[in-house]
Amino acid sequence: MSATVETSPVAAAPRATPKRRRTGGFWRRVARHVMRDKLALLCTVILALIALSAIFAPWIAPADPYKTSMMRRLLPPLSPGYILGTDELGRDMLSRLLYGGRVSLAMGISPVILATLIGGALGVTAGYFGRHVNMAIMRVVDVFYAFPSVLLAVAMAGVLGAGLFNSLISLTLVFIPPIARVAEAVTTQVRNQDYVEAARATGASAPRIIVQHVLANVTGPIMTYASSLVSIAIIISSGLSFLGLGAAPPIADWGLMLNTLRQAIYVAPINAVLPGVMIFAASVSFNLLSDSLRTAMDVRA
Amino acid sequence: MPHDPVVEVSDLSVRFVNRDLDLQVVDGVSFSLAAGEVLCLLGESGSGKSVTMRALLRLLPDYARIGGKIRLAGKDVTTMTDRQLEAVRGPVGAMIFQEPMTALDPVFTIGTQISETIVSHEGVSYREARKRSLELLEMVQIPSAERRLDSYPHELSGGLRQRAMIALALSCRPSLLLADEPTTALDATVQIQILLLIRSLQRELGMATIFVTHDIGVACEVADRVSVMYAGRFVETGPVADVIGRPGHPYTAGLLRSTVHAESRGQLLESIPGGPPDLADLPVGCSFGPRCSQHHAACDAGVPAMVPIGEGRMARCLRPLLATAEAA
Amino acid sequence: MTDTHPSDTDPRDRGGPRQPILSVRDLKKYFPLRGPLGTINAHVQAVDGVSFDVMKGETLGVVGESGCGKSTTARLLMRLIEPDAGSVVLDGDPIGHGGITLRELRRNMQMVFQDSYASLNPRHTATEEISFGLRVHGIPAAKAREQALSSLRLVGLDPTLFADRYPHEMSGGQRQRVNVARGIALNPRLLILDESVSALDKSVQAQVLNLLAELKQRLNLTYIFISHDLNVVHHVSDRVLVMYLGKVVELGPVDRIYRAAAHPYTRALFASRLSMNPALRVEAVPLSGDPPNPVRPPSGCRFRTRCAMAEAICAAAEPMLSSVADAHQAACHAVIPGSGHSQAEALAHAA
Repeated sequence: MSATVETSPVAAAPRATPKRRRTGGFWRRVARHVMRDKLALLCTVILALIALSAIFAPWIAPADPYKTSMMRRLLPPLSPGYILGTDELGRDMLSRLLYGGRVSLAMGISPVILATLIGGALGVTAGYFGRHVNMAIMRVVDVFYAFPSVLLAVAMAGVLGAGLFNSLISLTLVFIPPIARVAEAVTTQVRNQDYVEAARATGASAPRIIVQHVLANVTGPIMTYASSLVSIAIIISSGLSFLGLGAAPPIADWGLMLNTLRQAIYVAPINAVLPGVMIFAASVSFNLLSDSLRTAMDVRA
Repeated sequence: MPHDPVVEVSDLSVRFVNRDLDLQVVDGVSFSLAAGEVLCLLGESGSGKSVTMRALLRLLPDYARIGGKIRLAGKDVTTMTDRQLEAVRGPVGAMIFQEPMTALDPVFTIGTQISETIVSHEGVSYREARKRSLELLEMVQIPSAERRLDSYPHELSGGLRQRAMIALALSCRPSLLLADEPTTALDATVQIQILLLIRSLQRELGMATIFVTHDIGVACEVADRVSVMYAGRFVETGPVADVIGRPGHPYTAGLLRSTVHAESRGQLLESIPGGPPDLADLPVGCSFGPRCSQHHAACDAGVPAMVPIGEGRMARCLRPLLATAEAA
Repeated sequence: MTDTHPSDTDPRDRGGPRQPILSVRDLKKYFPLRGPLGTINAHVQAVDGVSFDVMKGETLGVVGESGCGKSTTARLLMRLIEPDAGSVVLDGDPIGHGGITLRELRRNMQMVFQDSYASLNPRHTATEEISFGLRVHGIPAAKAREQALSSLRLVGLDPTLFADRYPHEMSGGQRQRVNVARGIALNPRLLILDESVSALDKSVQAQVLNLLAELKQRLNLTYIFISHDLNVVHHVSDRVLVMYLGKVVELGPVDRIYRAAAHPYTRALFASRLSMNPALRVEAVPLSGDPPNPVRPPSGCRFRTRCAMAEAICAAAEPMLSSVADAHQAACHAVIPGSGHSQAEALAHAA
């Protein structure tokens, strides 16, 4: 026998009495919840540090990330003048990691944003109008969804050719189907709520209802899901660079650095692992933060 | 032995505790129930009636903290291990729910589910259990019971599903039946069928029965005694005819007055002002005080005690209505 | 809710007080049941040929069990779902071709839903929710907010406390008041109340019923009051419409329906009401079984499978809604003279 309890604390607790504290808008509540979650707070700090150091790389980097030196190849970390050592061409590791963050973060975030806009629009349209519109959009999406994401990205990048811009396009295409699926599912759910029906009963047009009623209720779940894709995007884009399909040398990119330093793994293991550590830190932080966002949005009251 | 109550509850309290809040959902509830007696817990949403009933079988979520004493058939439930609880749920106390789909497993036939329960609790053979299942379905008046044994829950109509759930609850011959708003989701013509069925089964099998409802009409149809709950506490308890006929607590009186009935047509209803209480922010004194028309300063001094107000009747009020009525 | 003929002075009135505000004829909606391949296997006959008038200023109660089509009828009237057939005329104007637009219809007719939580957008404050409909009808933002605040005041919610509250910051009764405020904000003439007080606690339900009675007077409203609660319908209605499996089975003044129902289903429904007196308990089941499946309704009279008076004619022919007394109609062969039912014969002889 399963027991669902009538007086759940959520249902019983907040009865509005005039003197009660104001809880504010939805996003403020979510923010407050995330702030109380220590792990999520730590992830936010880590991501902020990575982002800031990437943005300010030209000012804080101790050396030119492209300046090679055959004399100082593969210096170990904590060498004088090279805190994190040097790579296989004698370039300063710390500077390269800082600059690499620019490319890797951009490659992690921008395809997800693009895919959220396109996939979200497709999914919301399919979900709201249902029936034939839904069939037409979602079947096409499903075709793409059927391929494993890495394979699809590699195939796309292969067809389009190497280069950062092309790998951005292929990553965007990879993320459109899953985001569209999620957007369609939550929109279908929201669309069947009484308040949407009540909005229709006022005589409002479909675009108006979508903008004012549906979007407000689906952006939360869609963004939560999208934030969990950022880590995957970072990993896949690093993978593409690793395979030579993304960033091309001498650009500093974590994936590419991992690739080129691979040969030196026995000589300078710590140097070789450092880009991987950055990828790991960024993607895990994004994942944990997105988990926390999800639970924050589940809280109704 | 025969006069031992089936249920003895004293000073039961339930708190819901999690990171964000600590709510006293049930507070100081005491009652006892003899075999063959029907008690209705009457109250509005959030009054704690359902939690009180579920506490008897400890069917509460992890974040619930139970205090006080609960004895079922002489055994202390509060100290039982999970294994011991399983032996109590079913043979001692069985429960029926508002929504039968939550109690019936969608992937097994009605017959399998009932037989399974009988076998696991009584260790009889499947053949024997299936025979008993058929008898049970006949007892709850399911037409063409033989065929229905092999039906899945979704193949039954709402009324039949409710009957099947009752059969499942009765499968281990419980001495206590707990019913949580079992007719609320049903249509009027089906509701009365199920109420009459429960009433006759209860009499026939001599079960002690606790019926949780928000509907005074349901209480009038099935109860021997009624306990009215408000903000987690009993505010009035007594024989059903007395409580409905001459309510002693202002809340009971208000509830009765605000219930729509045939004579009220075309008039404004006398409603209870204000809204349901906030369990997180209850007043120091009587929790009904802020909405009460009889409210006076002494009511805010502390929570009033349950005081006897007549033959078998108690009310948690400093100035029960009966007293004033008798004095006048 | 006494009838004071307020429509004499209502400037919105077009056809005079005696013209029905709403005239529904032969409304029909069959929902297709699709198989796994999208083929239509069967139809749920949700609403099947429903006709009735709603008079200005009255409250028409609609009762029936789940699946009888009362909520579908409400949604058909609001055009939230498209009817398969039938016509709806609002104060003399048909909807669509040559008549008034859908927008115009919805300006004049609004609906309040059952679930106070689900029918409010969780991301909107009370004011945002109410002013949405006003904005839709072209009222500028500042004015819409002002009107929303006065609607809140009308439903007894102090704007200084409730204007910026979200649904989860209100109690069920307060939320339902916001729903009512949204319903009346467009100044409609007809309000459809679909189980609007059913989910509320009794003490709060009484408050909302009183509010509805007061608003009806003040705003000169007409109500279609849909509910499964016969006591509540008795309390509010002037006339009552009884539905069973997508059909109207009885329609008449509330006193006639409650005292001298002509249809056996109506009588059984009323006999199933719980007594409010422990000394007068219901002792025998008034009606056995559940309502049949609306996918395959019985032939002839749809109630015959549960009816104690059913005869051969009831399976053979469908009874039409026929007059049994002044303003009182029922669809039962037993009360239609010359139908071939033995009781109708007796009726004819007695006359």
